[in-house]
Amino acid sequence: MSQSTARYSVERATRASRVGAVVLLVIVAAIVAMPWWAGRADIRTVTEFLYILALAQMWNLLAGYGGLLSVGQQAYVGLGAYSIVVLSLKLGLNVFLAVPLAGLVAALVAVPTAAIVFRLRGAYFAVGTWVVAEIYQLFVANTASLGGGSGLSITNAVRGIPAFWREALTLWFAAAIGIGALVLVYLLLRSRFGLALTAVRDSEPASESLGVNVRDIKWVVYLASAFGCGLVGALIAITKLRLSPDAAFSMDWSVIMFFVVVIGGIGTIEGPIVGALVYFALREFLDGFGSWYLIVLGLAAILVMLTSPKGLWGWFAAKYDIRFFPVQRRLVLGDEAKESAS
Amino acid sequence: MTVLLSLEHVSKSFGSLKVTDDLSFTLAAGEALGVIGPNGAGKTTMFNLVTGDLKPDAGDVLFEGQSIVGLSPAVRCRAGIGRSYQIPHPFAGMTVFENVLVGGTFGAERSEAEAVEVAVAILERTGLLKKANLLAGALTLLDRKRLELARALATNPKLLLLDEIAGGLTEHEVHALVETINEIRTEGVSIIWIEHIVHALMAVVDRLIAIDFGRLLMEGDPAEVMASDAVREIYMGISVE
Repeated sequence: MSQSTARYSVERATRASRVGAVVLLVIVAAIVAMPWWAGRADIRTVTEFLYILALAQMWNLLAGYGGLLSVGQQAYVGLGAYSIVVLSLKLGLNVFLAVPLAGLVAALVAVPTAAIVFRLRGAYFAVGTWVVAEIYQLFVANTASLGGGSGLSITNAVRGIPAFWREALTLWFAAAIGIGALVLVYLLLRSRFGLALTAVRDSEPASESLGVNVRDIKWVVYLASAFGCGLVGALIAITKLRLSPDAAFSMDWSVIMFFVVVIGGIGTIEGPIVGALVYFALREFLDGFGSWYLIVLGLAAILVMLTSPKGLWGWFAAKYDIRFFPVQRRLVLGDEAKESAS
Repeated sequence: MTVLLSLEHVSKSFGSLKVTDDLSFTLAAGEALGVIGPNGAGKTTMFNLVTGDLKPDAGDVLFEGQSIVGLSPAVRCRAGIGRSYQIPHPFAGMTVFENVLVGGTFGAERSEAEAVEVAVAILERTGLLKKANLLAGALTLLDRKRLELARALATNPKLLLLDEIAGGLTEHEVHALVETINEIRTEGVSIIWIEHIVHALMAVVDRLIAIDFGRLLMEGDPAEVMASDAVREIYMGISVE
């Protein structure tokens, strides 16, 4: 073994990645301290940015790596949100303790759902996931104790928590989920599982022929994504304090996920971050232009898809060969091995 | 003689088209078998039936005496069936090294550290070591074919299925490939090789089968099969009166 390590080694980190790690730590520290230095509006924007980032990372994992083009992830956002209704409003559990449980509820529901939708392929899978989301929405809308179609207020669930702490905790939970999703995807991709996941992203038949159990990979990715979307849904409920089935199970959640991931660069970790930044920049800039906002968003998506199908980050990374999250394994040869290779 | 693989009356249809028709043959452990036949004869389909990419409508496929018909391609790979695709399927966004690592880690069920060691040896042997850190999507056709072979080897196969791996290569490259494949043979790996470049095939295989319309047309000593009227008429398109 010592002889072979002298001949070669496997390198992971890049210079950009070490810079990236430091920058990420500084950003995390700044976000955690926000309640003491930033205004309420800014805190709310950052909270929203973080959960959009989490949603985008979950969809990226699902579609970008697992090849599962779901348009029904709003099912798990909605189920996560309504878990707060059941767990906190009805059963009296502290809302922040209920957030991780909401993720578990979403993941549990995802088990039978996956068993059904995994029988479908390609476009049928996409339509199937959408139909399932509609079914969950109709179920909630027709359940009177969950507020029915017109929804309900969950203010009672947060009564007793001072506004400062409610906003601070919401921000910290959003940070934990948003940055957590990022770190989780990163660690996943660097692991043995990530090797298989990246292979599945690039070619399913070849992965299978090389001993990768593609079906298992898809299950893990689908359940993880449902869990993440459930957490975000719960957090959205706490932020908005008013829930309706139309809003909680809205197709818009899926649309935002596609937009962010496709604009930023599907199948990369950096892509959803770039996409989320672009999405928020466009939204702030177009605030007050009414429906022009949606038109510009759509045009931007089409433009990026036509000119740079790998997204803004894909284009940038290919051009400058920069990676902030080094998931690649680079083989570094010793002198002796270099000689025999040439 | 130990039988490694046997197909027993295997049939497969796509709609009304019968692509494999009551096909039976066996492969001995350590043997190298060549497969010839015109385009569309069902050669690749036969491979897909062995690897599990397709399930037969009728008949059985036995590997080391056990039926493998119900097993997924991944399980068959781990059992010792490695393959190369006719049209290379590289993991385009991964490096050449990582491509080989996938086969070594999952196909051979090794730890990643063990797979690294094996991958380096295989990259060296297939002439890809200098290109280890290139993205596989950037490779030339020759290197893609080498990568197909390298990945399959990393799974530590008992049986290696090669699908037109010499197609599109220059004479010199074919020669180098034949040398590599003969070397792999000496390690006890059994081979089934589909190939149109007959002289490459003849330099490796012990036995030849000819397939046409999904049926076994002829089987036997390579020189005899190639010289037979039936093969010359159907495979070469020359009518022999």
